Amino acid sequence: MPKRELMKGNEAMAEAAIRAGVEAYFGYPITPQSELLEYMSRRMPQLGRVFLQAESEIAAINMAYGAACTGARVMSSSSGPGVSLMSEGLSYIIGTEVPFVLVDVMRGGPGLGNIAPSQGDYRQVSHAGGHGDTFPIVLAPASVQEAVDLIYQAFDLAEKYRTVVIVLADGSIGQMMEPVALPEYRPLPEKRPDWAVTGEPGRPRRRLTSLYLHPEDEEVVNLRLLKRWRQVEANEVRYRTYYLDDAEYIVVGFGMAGRVALSAVRMAREEGLKVGLFRPVSLRPFPTKELRRLAPKAKAMMVVEMNSGQMLDDVLAAVQGQTPVRFYGRMGGMVPFPDEVLEQIRLLVKEPPTLDEDPRERWIAHMEQMLTPAS
Amino acid sequence: MQTEIIIAGFGGQGILFAGQVLAYAAMDAGMEVTWFPSYGPEMRGGTANCTVILSDQEIGSPLVKHPQALIAMNAPSLDKFEPLVRPGGVVVVNASLAHRGIERTDVKGIEIPANHIAEELGDRRLANMVAVGAMLTLLPVLEMDQVKQALRDHLPERRRNLLEPNMRALDAGAAYAREHAVLSS
Amino acid sequence: MAVTAPSRPLKVVYRPPETYLGPTHYCPGCTHGIAHRLVAEVIEEMGLAERTIGIAPVGCAVLAYEYFDFDGVEAAHGRAPAMATGIKRVLPDRVVFTYQGDGDMASIGMGEIIHAAGRGERITVIFINNAIYGMTGGQMAPTTLPGQVTTSSPYGRDPRSQGYPIRMAELLATLDGVAYSVRHSLHDPTHIRKAKKAIRLAFEAQVRDLGFAMVELLSTCPTNWKMTPIEAMNWVRDHMTTVFPLGEYKVHPELRKLRV
Ligand SMILES: Cc1ncc(C[n+]2csc(CCOP(=O)(O)OP(=O)(O)O)c2C)c(N)n1
Repeated sequence: MPKRELMKGNEAMAEAAIRAGVEAYFGYPITPQSELLEYMSRRMPQLGRVFLQAESEIAAINMAYGAACTGARVMSSSSGPGVSLMSEGLSYIIGTEVPFVLVDVMRGGPGLGNIAPSQGDYRQVSHAGGHGDTFPIVLAPASVQEAVDLIYQAFDLAEKYRTVVIVLADGSIGQMMEPVALPEYRPLPEKRPDWAVTGEPGRPRRRLTSLYLHPEDEEVVNLRLLKRWRQVEANEVRYRTYYLDDAEYIVVGFGMAGRVALSAVRMAREEGLKVGLFRPVSLRPFPTKELRRLAPKAKAMMVVEMNSGQMLDDVLAAVQGQTPVRFYGRMGGMVPFPDEVLEQIRLLVKEPPTLDEDPRERWIAHMEQMLTPAS
Repeated sequence: MQTEIIIAGFGGQGILFAGQVLAYAAMDAGMEVTWFPSYGPEMRGGTANCTVILSDQEIGSPLVKHPQALIAMNAPSLDKFEPLVRPGGVVVVNASLAHRGIERTDVKGIEIPANHIAEELGDRRLANMVAVGAMLTLLPVLEMDQVKQALRDHLPERRRNLLEPNMRALDAGAAYAREHAVLSS
Repeated sequence: MAVTAPSRPLKVVYRPPETYLGPTHYCPGCTHGIAHRLVAEVIEEMGLAERTIGIAPVGCAVLAYEYFDFDGVEAAHGRAPAMATGIKRVLPDRVVFTYQGDGDMASIGMGEIIHAAGRGERITVIFINNAIYGMTGGQMAPTTLPGQVTTSSPYGRDPRSQGYPIRMAELLATLDGVAYSVRHSLHDPTHIRKAKKAIRLAFEAQVRDLGFAMVELLSTCPTNWKMTPIEAMNWVRDHMTTVFPLGEYKVHPELRKLRV
C-alpha cells in the first residue's frame, strides 16, 4: 500500500492542487472552506507561487479569470454564498474558453443558511455556471481520497476542454480527516498554450474575450462550446456502483449522501434485501445513459440527497419512466444517518412505488411528520 | 468489521486530538478510518465531539446514530450519547466530571476518574489519554503498542515533551479499566 | 459563595437600555457587546426606538438583530448599505442604521459603502474595526496591521504582497455626501464615553437630514488575536490607534453646534 497521510479534506484538496501544479490561487474566507485558503496562504508563498486573498468572491473569480488568460494553472475555492457571487465570472471564463478549477465546499442554504454540510448547490453549479449556454464540468467526491484524485485530474480536464471544472464537495468532506495517498508533485508547465495572452514579442497579437458583438459570431462560439461538451459527455462520465449485480432495487446518491446510502445498502443486504447503489461522480456530464440502461432491470429506484431533490430531476430524466423512482432527502445542513435511509429502503421493498407515484410525495409527508413537534 | 467510537466533552479537553490518535493508529495498522469533528457554531457553545470509524473495508457514512463505543468526558456528553450506544457496546465515563454513573445495563462500562488520574500523573490535560487507555481495554480494536506508536509518529513537534506522559496516561487508564470495569450482564 | 440580599435597597447607578436584549453570544473581552449597548442607549435617549430599523451584517454580529428591540433585517455579506438604501428610500421617515465589521464593510462591501456615502444616503453606519475576520476564524482583514499574523497571513501581513490597512473614516470623509465620519475606540471607559457621543451625533445627522454618517469604532477580538481581554484592550490602545488615529475627519457644521 502506498504511504498514506491522515488529512483534513480541505487541506488535502489544497495539497492536491499544489501537486497538480496550481500556479495561482485567489480566494475569500468562508466556512466550511476556509482551511483550504489558509493552507494555500502558508504553502503557495513557500513555493514561490501566487496566493492572494481577494476582497470578495467577485474579485477572486475575476483575478482568476485574468490569471487563467495567461495560460497559468489557476484555482479558487468557496462555498454557496461565494459561489453565487462567482457566477458572473464563471460565465465569462467559460465564454472566453480558458481553463479554471473551482472547489465548492457546500453548506446549508438558501441565503446565509448555516455552515453545516449540504448538497444545495447541485443545481446552481451543474445546471448553471452563470448566464448563457454554459457547461462546466462538475465532479463530486465522496471521500477525502476521491477529492484529492478529482482535483488532481481537474486541471487536466480544464485544460483539455478549455473550460471550468468545479469540484463539488461539502462541509463534511472539507472538515473530516481520512487517510490519503497523495499524488506525485507535477512540474509546472514550461510552455504556455498557443492561445495564452502573455504579452510576448515576435508573434502576432493575441486577444481573449467573451464578447462577440455579432450574433452570427456568437452562435459559432456556442456551437463550438456545445460540440466540445459532447466530447466531454462521450469521454468523461464517471460513477461508481456497489452491489448492483443482482440488485432489484437501486439507490442513487452522490457525494456524502452516496456514502451514507452505501452504509444503508450494506445494512439492507445483511437483511437479505437485494439492493445496490449507483453513485454518480461526474454530475456534469451526468451518467444519464448508464442509469437509463439500468432502469429496466430495477423494480424501483430511490434517490438520496442532502437537498430537496435537485439531482432527482436528472435521474427522472435519465430513467424516462422505465421504473418508478422515490426520493429521500435531508435539507438545510442536515446529514441523514444510515438508519434513516435503511428504513426507506425497507419501505421501498415492502411498499414499492408505482409509476404514477410523485417521487417526492411520501417523503414530504414523512418530513412533515418528523418535523412536527409531538403535542 | 466496522467499529464506531464517539468521543465527546468540553473544548480544551483534547477531544479531537484523542480521536486523531486513534485514527492515526488505525491508518498505520492498514485499516480504513474516518475522523469526523463537530465544527462551527457547535464549538462556540464550548462542547466538542468527534466520531472515529475504523473498518477493514471502504467506509460508508462517517457519522452513525448508534456507535459501538462512547467516551464521555463530561456530564452533558454522557446524557446526550449514552442512550445511543449500541447494545453490547462500550461506555467510558470520566467520573471526575460526570454527575452520575452509567445507567445502561446492556453495555460494558467503566467509570474512570480520568482527571484525577491525570493530575496524579502530573497534568490534567492527560485525562483524554487516560480515557482512551480505558476504552482500549474494553474494546481492543487496536493494540496499545499501535496507539503508542501513533503518538510517537504524530504528536506535533511543540508537544514532544508530552510524549512520555501521554503514554503513561494510556497505561494508567488501561490498568484502571482492567481492575474496575463493569461487564454487562 | 452564598449570595445574600442586601439589607438596604441598593441605589441604581446604571440601568441597561430596555432595547438592549443581552446577554450576547460574544466571546469574553469582545467589544461588540459594548457597541450594541451604546447604540441601544443612544436610540433610546433620542426616543427613536419605535421607528428604527437595524441592519445586521455577515460577521460575528450576524445576530445583532436579536439583541436590539428594534425592527431588524439581515443583509448579505457586505451589502448592508445597499439594503439600508432600499429601506430608507421607501421609508424616509424611519431611522435606518447598519452595523458592520471590517471584512463586511471594507472588503467585500467596499463598493456598497462608498456609493451609499457618495449618494449621501441618510443612514447611520456603525463600523466595528477589529483588524481581523472574527466569524470565520481569524483571517486577514483589509484593516489588519502590517506584520500582524492571522490565519491567512501566517507570515505576518506583508504590505508588498498583501497591501496596507485601509482607513475608512478618512476615506469616507473625502466624499461630499458625508455629514459625519469619525473614528473612536472602545478600549477603556473614557473612550467608550466619547464613542457614545459620536454615535449620538451620527444619528442626529440622520434625523436632521444632513447626510450620510459613519462612526468607526476600534474594537477587540481576543479570541482570534489569541490574547486575554486585557491584553486585547491594551493592543487596541498601543497598536491600533497608531495605524488608525482617533479623530473627527468630517463633521457637518450643524452637528458642531449641538451639545450632546
Ligand atoms: C459571500 C460570502 N462570502 C464569505 C462569507 C463568510 N464570512 C462570514 S463573516 C465573514 C467576515 C467577517 O469579518 P468582519 O466583517 O470583520 O466581522 P467580525 O466577524 O470580525 O465581527 C466572512 C468572510 C459569507 N458569509 N458570504
